[in-house]
Amino acid sequence: MIIYGVAFLALCTLTGLFIGELLGKWMGIPANVGGVGIAMLLLIGLGSYLGNRGLFTGKSEQGVSFWAAIYIPIVVAMAAQQNVYGAISGGPMAILAGTLAVVLGFALVPVLVRIGNREPNATVPTKEAG
Amino acid sequence: MYESMMKVITGYGLISGFAVIGLTMWVSYWLSDTFTKGRLHGSAIAILLGLVLSYVGGAFTGGSKGVVDIPLLSGIGLLGGAMLRDFAIVATAFGVSVDELKRAGFVGVLALFFGVGSSFVAGVAVAIGFGYTDAVSLTTIGAGAVTYIVGPVTGAAIGASSEVMALSIAAGLIKAILVMVLTPFVAPFIGLNNPRSAVIFGGLMGTSSGVAGGLAATDPKLVPYGCLTAAFYTALGCLLGPSLLFLIVRGLAG
Repeated sequence: MIIYGVAFLALCTLTGLFIGELLGKWMGIPANVGGVGIAMLLLIGLGSYLGNRGLFTGKSEQGVSFWAAIYIPIVVAMAAQQNVYGAISGGPMAILAGTLAVVLGFALVPVLVRIGNREPNATVPTKEAG
Repeated sequence: MYESMMKVITGYGLISGFAVIGLTMWVSYWLSDTFTKGRLHGSAIAILLGLVLSYVGGAFTGGSKGVVDIPLLSGIGLLGGAMLRDFAIVATAFGVSVDELKRAGFVGVLALFFGVGSSFVAGVAVAIGFGYTDAVSLTTIGAGAVTYIVGPVTGAAIGASSEVMALSIAAGLIKAILVMVLTPFVAPFIGLNNPRSAVIFGGLMGTSSGVAGGLAATDPKLVPYGCLTAAFYTALGCLLGPSLLFLIVRGLAG
C-alpha cells in the first residue's frame, strides 16, 4: 500500500527531526542539529533493511518516490517565498558579504575534492557524515 | 463571481499552490526547450522565475515572504514551507548509494568546518572594509554570511544592534539566493557532477535552501548527497558563532 511508504517516510522525518532537536537542546544551541540529515540516514538504513527482507517493495516504494519526485516543484515554491526584496535592499555591504562567501565556497569545492582523494578510502562509518 | 473564485483559491491554498507551481514548471521547461535547447535546466529557470516573482511580490506588498504575501498566492507558502521541503528532501535519500556516502564521510565533515570558516571570514572581511571595528558587529555580520539563521542567533547571543542583525540576515539571504542561481552555471568548472563533490558542496555552502535549489537545478540525482551535509551546517554555525568565532574576533579586534 502506498500509504505504508508515506507513513514510513513521515516516521523517519519526524524521528530524525526529533533527534536533531534533542541534540540541539543537549548542546545548548537554538537550532535543529542535522535533523534532516539524520532522517535521511534513517530512511537509507531502515529502507534497505526492510527492502532486503521483502517488507518494503513495489507500492510502498511509490509512497516515497512520489515525494522525491515532487521535490523540485517544492523547491520552486520555496524560491518564490524567499525575501529577495529584503535581501537586495540590505545594501552593498550585505550583497558583497554574501557574494564573497559564495565565491569562496565555490572555489573551495575542487580543493576539498582533491584533499579527499589523497586520503585513503577510509572505512569511515556513515554516521561520520553527521 | 470574483468573490467566489477568491474563496476557492484561498480556501484551498495548497491545491492552488500545486496548480500555480505546475504551471510555472511547464512554462520553465518550455522556455528551456525553446530558447536554450534544454542546456539550461527547466528547473533552474523555474527557480529563477520563482526568485524574480518573489522580488516583485516583496516590492509590491512590502512583506518579507515574497509571493506568499499576495493573498491569491498564499498557498505557495504551504507548498514551499519548511515542512514539505524537509519531507521531500528526506524522500530524495531513497536510493542513495551508501558506499558513496561512506567514501565522502570524512571530507564531508571537513567541508562543514571549511564552509563555516570561509563564509565567516568573508563576512568579517567585508564588514571591516565597510568600516566596522567592534567585535560584536564584525562577528554578527560574519555569522550572517554563514547563513541567515546563524547571523541573528549569534547576534542575539552576543548583543548586537538590531540594525547589524538585519544586515547579517540580508547577507545570508544573498548567499542563499546566489547559491540557487549560480550553482548550475558554476558546477561544470568545479567538478560538481558526482555524489562525493555534492557532499563537499553541501558542507561548504551549507545554506539549506540554497543547496536544495542549486543542486535541483544542476542535477536532481545529487540533491540528497548535498542536503545531507548541509543539514548540519546551520547547527555548526550556531554552535561556533557566538563561542569560538566571537572569541577569536574579540581577540583580534580588541
